[in-house]
Amino acid sequence: MNISEKILARASGRKEVSPGEIVEANVDMAMVNDITGPLAIETFHKIGVKKVWDNNRIVMVLDHQVPADSAKSAELHKIMREFAKEQNIPHFYDAGFGGVCHQVMVEKGHVRPGELIVGADSHTCTYGALGAFGTGIGSTEMAAVFATGKIWLKVPETIKINVSGEFQKFVSAKDLILSIIGQVGADGANYKAMEFDGPVIKNMNISERLTMCNMAVEAGAKTGIINPDEKVMAYVKSRTEKPIKPLKSDEDAKYEKFVDLDVSSLEPQVACPSSVDNVKPVSEVEGTPVDQAFIGSCTNGRIEDLRVAAEIVKGKKIKNSVRFIVTPASHEVYLQALKEGVLETLAKAGACICNPTCGACFGGHMGLLADGETCISSSNRNFIGRMGSPKAKIYLASPATVAASALKGEITDPRRL
Amino acid sequence: MVEIKGKALVFGDNINTDIIIPSKYLTTLDPDELAKHAMEGLDPKFYEKARKGTIIVAGKNFGCGSSREHAPIALKHAGVRCVVARSFARIFYRNAINIGLPVVECPSILEKTNNGDELLVNLAKGEILNLTKNLRLQASKLPSFILEIISAGGLVEHLKRRLEKDGKL
Repeated sequence: MNISEKILARASGRKEVSPGEIVEANVDMAMVNDITGPLAIETFHKIGVKKVWDNNRIVMVLDHQVPADSAKSAELHKIMREFAKEQNIPHFYDAGFGGVCHQVMVEKGHVRPGELIVGADSHTCTYGALGAFGTGIGSTEMAAVFATGKIWLKVPETIKINVSGEFQKFVSAKDLILSIIGQVGADGANYKAMEFDGPVIKNMNISERLTMCNMAVEAGAKTGIINPDEKVMAYVKSRTEKPIKPLKSDEDAKYEKFVDLDVSSLEPQVACPSSVDNVKPVSEVEGTPVDQAFIGSCTNGRIEDLRVAAEIVKGKKIKNSVRFIVTPASHEVYLQALKEGVLETLAKAGACICNPTCGACFGGHMGLLADGETCISSSNRNFIGRMGSPKAKIYLASPATVAASALKGEITDPRRL
Repeated sequence: MVEIKGKALVFGDNINTDIIIPSKYLTTLDPDELAKHAMEGLDPKFYEKARKGTIIVAGKNFGCGSSREHAPIALKHAGVRCVVARSFARIFYRNAINIGLPVVECPSILEKTNNGDELLVNLAKGEILNLTKNLRLQASKLPSFILEIISAGGLVEHLKRRLEKDGKL
């Protein structure tokens, strides 16, 4: 079996499972945020069960609109706080303590190799970077998980993507995953798992692996996953004292399809308006004027992303026609960037530093776009209306390309600076 | 619930959840308020049209994007009785079933349907009749446990029945 099949077999108390089978699995961890949580809570109350199945296995994060940007958001946050109190849920992360839910899940040790994690957010697939099977569900389904701790899942087919070669300077995991989505299409991995492997993946740090798995859902995948290695074990052990039981794909594991890629000649990639699979090499869109450049989100708002942006803008000023919005993915990332002087470098160059939140990525607050404006963003979706006006255009790229574009006021290849 | 009749409203491929219900409306939990803004970025008159009882017809990957359940809720409360698409994104598909909005996969639906055609969807048989064009189209049959969830009106009622039966409620 491959890693996804092994985790689903373990979670459903079976010796073996195969693609297409439907299993009823026990959930190890369940996560909700301030958009999906209130609806899950309302639905949980409708079911009529008094107590959640396991208060220690639920994580609640306020992230999409923190601090509350309106009285309506404040009401949603209140529903979340009251539920955490009523159900005695210890893993509750308010403004100032958490950040973007997926980053918080990883940093706080709630993601452990070999576990089945469901989250009421589509980017729950991020957790595969640590060898967990993470998948997104909706609020009603989450209410049922709160009540029973169980969920039905179809065992997915798996596409194995082997990556070899060596990245050029300023070409990174984001360029690779954009290029993969461009090749397979927005529904190319629908219902399937994407398993990433090969020397390039093994060389990646945790942050880059999170970027890879995070965007698997943009190809429709149920999850993105990487076999856990010593880097993952060291990271997770530094974050939790809970026992870890990693699972790995067998040598003779079965896959629906193999894809082999070499990154040596890969140039920076850009997903053009208005779908994530409309991917072009940066050379084809260089010179496109931008009004806003955004670095943040569960895809690329980590310390490594902020560092590369700081390296690019250090000692320079961004173009005065651009708003350069930088939103660290978590409170921990924020503090680390503060300590290292990364935030100072970015702010001196003209960046507007926001507090950890999904913010502009989700089009909730802090950096929305007007009619006719263009944004280059390190986030994960460029759909019509995603970041504000439906008449705005969004280009997705790596933090390096975003920072370089902020300097020049137009889409820029970071290798040419 | 097994047979659903309505007039087709036709859309293309990759209709995402930000289109179905933009994020700026997600601060409300009121389904009727969400319904008023369904699909407004693509068709500002969608709500008016859907009120008459409609079946959405679409291409591949309908509902891709976020996990927001507000998307199927907005459609259902706008008056959408069923969505027939070439294929669905998986989270939307589960969400729709869980809130009791029937979803059916039919590979040939987009080529064989025009706006306003009268459709009759049979969920149990996995069959769609285009009454306007007098055509019979093969659709995917829903597994019986999914049909059970839909006919209970969604996962909440289905789960309540199950928990009551087990004496857990």
